[in-house]
Amino acid sequence: MSDGRAVLVVEGLHKTFTLHTQGGIQLPVLRGVDLTVYPGECVALTDPSGSGKSTLLRSVYANYRPQRGRILVAHDGARIDMVDAGPRELLAVRQRTIGYVSQFLRVIPRVPTLDVVVEPLRAFGVARDAALGRGRALLARLRIPERLWSLSPVTFSGGEQQRVNLARGFVADFPILLLDEPTASLDVASRAIVIELIRDALARRTAIVGAFHDAEVREAVATRTVSLHGAGVAA
Amino acid sequence: MNPYNFAFLDEQTKRMIRRAILKAVAIPGYQVPFGSREMPLSYGWGTGGVQVTASVIGPDDVLKVIDQGADDTTNAVSIRRFFERTTGVRTTTRTESATLIQTRHRIPETPLTEGQIVVFQVPIPEPLRWLEPRETETRKMHALEEYGVMHVRLYEDITRHGHVETAYDYPVLVNGRYIMRPSPIPKFDNPKLDESPALLLFGAGREKRIYAVPPFTTVRSLDFEDHPFTIERWDQTCALCGAADVFMDEIVVDDKGGRMFVCSDTDFCERRRGR
Amino acid sequence: MLRARGVTRYYGSRVGCRDIGLDLWPGEVLGVVGESGSGKTTLLGCLSGRLEPSAGTVEFTQRDGTIVDVLRMPEPALRKLARTDWGIVHQNPRDGLRLGVSAGANVGERLMALGARHYGQIRDAAFDWLGRVEIDRERIDDWPETFSSGMQQRLQIARTLVTEPRLVFMDEPTGGLDVSVQARLLDLLRRLVTDLGLSAVIVTHDLAVTRLLAHRLLVMRGGEVVESGLTDQVLDDPQHPYTQLLVSSVLQP
Repeated sequence: MSDGRAVLVVEGLHKTFTLHTQGGIQLPVLRGVDLTVYPGECVALTDPSGSGKSTLLRSVYANYRPQRGRILVAHDGARIDMVDAGPRELLAVRQRTIGYVSQFLRVIPRVPTLDVVVEPLRAFGVARDAALGRGRALLARLRIPERLWSLSPVTFSGGEQQRVNLARGFVADFPILLLDEPTASLDVASRAIVIELIRDALARRTAIVGAFHDAEVREAVATRTVSLHGAGVAA
Repeated sequence: MNPYNFAFLDEQTKRMIRRAILKAVAIPGYQVPFGSREMPLSYGWGTGGVQVTASVIGPDDVLKVIDQGADDTTNAVSIRRFFERTTGVRTTTRTESATLIQTRHRIPETPLTEGQIVVFQVPIPEPLRWLEPRETETRKMHALEEYGVMHVRLYEDITRHGHVETAYDYPVLVNGRYIMRPSPIPKFDNPKLDESPALLLFGAGREKRIYAVPPFTTVRSLDFEDHPFTIERWDQTCALCGAADVFMDEIVVDDKGGRMFVCSDTDFCERRRGR
Repeated sequence: MLRARGVTRYYGSRVGCRDIGLDLWPGEVLGVVGESGSGKTTLLGCLSGRLEPSAGTVEFTQRDGTIVDVLRMPEPALRKLARTDWGIVHQNPRDGLRLGVSAGANVGERLMALGARHYGQIRDAAFDWLGRVEIDRERIDDWPETFSSGMQQRLQIARTLVTEPRLVFMDEPTGGLDVSVQARLLDLLRRLVTDLGLSAVIVTHDLAVTRLLAHRLLVMRGGEVVESGLTDQVLDDPQHPYTQLLVSSVLQP
């Protein structure tokens, strides 16, 4: 990286969707995005819906495959390009370097909430008891009643599921966190807790990139705002 | 004048069978295929045993034939007479006088000695047949020593009955390598196979297989560490000769359900009674 | 752990699979998806040494680190491998079970084949595994014929995993099962894969199965791999037209 301290560098990222099942129409979403993120920063993407915020976050996580560009991530002391890295490396990055909180929880039936939450800690080699302790603390903080911890989130409300999702996202200390509308479907009190969690993470020098629809949340946590609109801007 | 060749079979057939026997002796417990001939008795009545005997018998041999331990049952008598007619060799009922013993379903109580040959009549030679009907597959299993399934069978017995139910034709491991069926002898006789001074030959006529246990070969009955192999025991002693620790037949003596236990080995019993 | 290069198999002039290459690492689950006739089952057969490919190599790294050529191994060694370090889960559980012996014997057989000679210990191991696959322990002496198909499938899994193989080949493991039964089985597989650190190659036409179990995906069509990548990437951002068709065809209840 040109700057030794940046943990995430996006260079010239292009992403176009080609819908073969619909006659091959093309939807260009990202046109040459550049972005550099440092530890302790919270970069808020400010574009309107449908402009590619999710697409950028998913591309960084290698959930989407860009056509062109580089996504450089500091991982285990080396530099990995998420665009052309092999699957093993990508999985390793996801296990230990980049955490991703999507807009909804993908529920696996029969897995208790607590197990869902602590699962990321496995990759960090955290002992089971310690992991469960952290999971419980986080669930309590997010105001998920204890009687729900042993149940699968399958029957939870949207808000409850999202809070479980957040717990899972924040339980481990990822150096980089990607947050895609983390407070959608949450009430005011929960939003406040999320703000605290983000601030705690920033205090730990986590680098955060997020899409925050809610202006209040955005203003509370963002250290920088960026717009992807047009040719993309790096602040 | 006897219109048949010595011991009924032509010399080429005898050579073929002897070659099979040599191979069987060289690989203890391994089933050697052979070209089983039509014999003047039906399948299931000892054609394999008769062919083996016919191939090894010589003019100086002394032959004993038993069936279920007795010299005087129909089959034993028929087979003995067959060899008397086709070879003219001496026959006997005394175990220790015989050089060649053909048997169905028992090993004599009198200990065998070096130089003796025992020929067993075998109905089904393949120990894995209960599980695997394909010959191609069982041959592979033997070749690759894939014998886990034999212990599966024992496991099932213990599960269902608390002990291994198999009372005869109890599978054994020969020379630490091949698993073999010792023919339908009672498991009581299995220990006699181990380190026997005699040569043990097994012939299956219908299935066309010959196998062998050379003298002084280890033969171990299969079992589990916590369910070791045991043999049958009786509370009674023989009603005729008083012997204990022998295999006994139960004989019904009257219409009122009276029964008595006698040695199954008739020669052994007679000897003890001084006859 | 498993490396395949140029695996090709023809059935006469018809292509079963052509020039397939893949790498599988310890603890990884690879999904192979495609519709009937895509060549995925042929590929699985070639990888596990049960089918002879027309061309290609398949190498497997054993526990002690030595690499063996699966396709050129002597048959005894391959059969031994299939009983110890490998597991195979067939689509139809009856293909992977001994129907004529009890459930306990089914589970214990591999142990006995490897020399286990203590009845009590074998039975304990069988109890343990029946518990792990959520079959009532009371059923240990019952015959698999009396089990439902879901139970039979779980029994097959127990029978295969009892020797703790490092690599498991699965062919449509949830095929033919009721949806609720499938869910339970998938959950079991997911936990076992994680707890035992298994590597697996799972052939299936059901994308939901791959979403749940596989880290990576190969999409096959007409005997060739048309797309590959991380499971979520292939399913969420399919590039190839055929993959897009597959993904869009899945009914969302």
